[in-house]
Amino acid sequence: MLQFSFWDILSNLLIATQWTIVLSLIAFACGGIVGLALLFMRTSRIPALEWFTKIYIEFFQGTPLLMQLFLFFFGIALFGIEVSPWTAATLALTFWTSAFLTEIWRGCVESIPKGQWEASSSLALSYIEQMRYVILPQASRIAIAPTVGFSVQVIKGTALASIIGFVELTKAGTMLNNATFRPFLVYSLVALIYFCLCFPLSWWAKKIEGRLNVAR
Amino acid sequence: MSLVSIRDVRKSFGANEVLKGVSLDIAKGDVVAIIGRSGSGKSTLLRCINGLETYQSGSITADGIEVGGLATNLRKLRRHVGMVFQQFNLFPHLTAAENVMLAPTVVNKVSKAEARATAAEVLAKVGLSEKMDAYPSELSGGQQQRVAIARSLAMRPKVLLCDEITSALDPELVNEVLRVVEQLAREGMTLILVTHEMRFARDVGTKLVFMHHGKVHEEGVPKEVFAAPRTPELQLFVGQVG
Amino acid sequence: MSYKLQFAELLPYWNVLLQGLVFTIVLTVVSTVAGIAVGTAGASARTFGPAWLGRVVAVYVELIRNTPFIVQLFFIFFGLPALGLKLSETTAAFLAMVINLGAYSTEIIRAGIEAVPKGHIEAGLSLAMTKWEVLRRIVLNQAFRKIYPALSSQIIIVMLGSAVVSQISAEDLTYAANFVASRNFRNFEVYLLAALAYLVLAMLTRALLRALGRVIFKAR
Repeated sequence: MLQFSFWDILSNLLIATQWTIVLSLIAFACGGIVGLALLFMRTSRIPALEWFTKIYIEFFQGTPLLMQLFLFFFGIALFGIEVSPWTAATLALTFWTSAFLTEIWRGCVESIPKGQWEASSSLALSYIEQMRYVILPQASRIAIAPTVGFSVQVIKGTALASIIGFVELTKAGTMLNNATFRPFLVYSLVALIYFCLCFPLSWWAKKIEGRLNVAR
Repeated sequence: MSLVSIRDVRKSFGANEVLKGVSLDIAKGDVVAIIGRSGSGKSTLLRCINGLETYQSGSITADGIEVGGLATNLRKLRRHVGMVFQQFNLFPHLTAAENVMLAPTVVNKVSKAEARATAAEVLAKVGLSEKMDAYPSELSGGQQQRVAIARSLAMRPKVLLCDEITSALDPELVNEVLRVVEQLAREGMTLILVTHEMRFARDVGTKLVFMHHGKVHEEGVPKEVFAAPRTPELQLFVGQVG
Repeated sequence: MSYKLQFAELLPYWNVLLQGLVFTIVLTVVSTVAGIAVGTAGASARTFGPAWLGRVVAVYVELIRNTPFIVQLFFIFFGLPALGLKLSETTAAFLAMVINLGAYSTEIIRAGIEAVPKGHIEAGLSLAMTKWEVLRRIVLNQAFRKIYPALSSQIIIVMLGSAVVSQISAEDLTYAANFVASRNFRNFEVYLLAALAYLVLAMLTRALLRALGRVIFKAR
């Protein structure tokens, strides 16, 4: 039987961590783009678009991420398309992220005082112009802290991709556990690596929020 | 031919009827002061004129543009009818000059250079040339309100609506704003003000409108109306506000 | 697409799925009660207890909030036996859920406690109440009233997160769905049904918590 040293374990985990980071970044970036589109749809005052967005958000926020991963993984296959764990994980995480980000951002937009809407509309600005020049610049400042905070959730969410076979940090941990029978060590290291990824972001988010509250 | 024509306007918020058939004519160059108790409907009426509030029946026409129909071109209307708010509502992420320049560049598609020249002009008019690059957070209440007035003026409106623009100001800052409004009146700007400043209404106004329970209760030349209020409600109101 | 969804093939397994659903519900309810108890204790310790205890709680909270639930679960179920502590799947699932919700509720409740005006606490103390009496009778109910919506959201998040316990073979709804899928290969149908079941469960829980909130916190 192959003997794994501590460094063997750690280095294997760190290699897999790259995939955790890549998946997180892609999900966050794509989820952000979709989330922004949803934001405009949700606040467009066109009933069909608002209705669609509400159902979308209800579904992706109201079902387990694990179920969403399974549905994308098995659902796409029904169309006869070959779907890899990577594809399914990216799609599922993107849509899941977009649902949460759009709600966070909507909250920020709605926290902008009504007077800003009234003043800008009294100056004859259209809805898109209001959003672009007056509302979104202010809302984005407020949105930074919770958005950074949510990035932590995305990183933690990638751990579930292991269940559909995507080899990231958690899957590597499982595989190493099966190879070494040293679960305490392996999972401690896995937890530690996630902690090192997430904690700085959590800390940064809290710091931004603190600064924002002082400035008000 | 009135610049703003209001005919028998009725408006309800749900079951609560706030405007119960208001009619009013405002000619070019008029300085109309609308006074009354809170809840009398005066702010609501003002906000109906530039389309911030909708109304259920009657009609409003401003500068030839019908306000309130489905076909109302709000963008066109609001280029001709400006509004200044009690809470100033300056855009906090923009400097004073940028606040003033925003609408002309975005709506009227004016070049940045031209917009800045206009901004310099209107900010000078309100006495804030040296504050062009200041952010709202760096300005006093009176200064912010004057920037808000300049911001509306940059769009060259035909009518300026003022919704209790001094009510949120500390007493010592009220005069600097009133002086600006007085100057605008002297230059012939058509003004409709909802106000509690009785002295201003009497000295600068050309028409006084007293609203009570959603209707125009008394109307006339300010000096005369204040000297001899006809109805007991206005007598009471004037007595209380002094 | 020539594939036809065959939901009918799920019918013979209705009792398996139902059992899984019941397990998920019981798991959620018990973990919620225990988790909030842990959270209350943790929040109280951090705001009113000795400094060292506060630091211990802070470390606990940050560890849980910055690691994935599935890793915590694996650590408890696979890792602890190496230290001699062997747990059944069900126990491990409950324990992981309680520890997880406990950390999040500690933070949420702590925010609620800190939002209680200092004046109320001082008033209580000047009336000769002890710190703990002030906490129990004055601070906690105001804190809970304030953070109830946030806590309700977290409960639902944890409930949805419980799907992961299927990975250690705890027999929840997801485990039941996996079981059915392995038998009839109707993966998409069964997971869709399970997802919708979770969704309905989430909506019902939200409504229930809201109604409960109205009862407990009668509007003054």
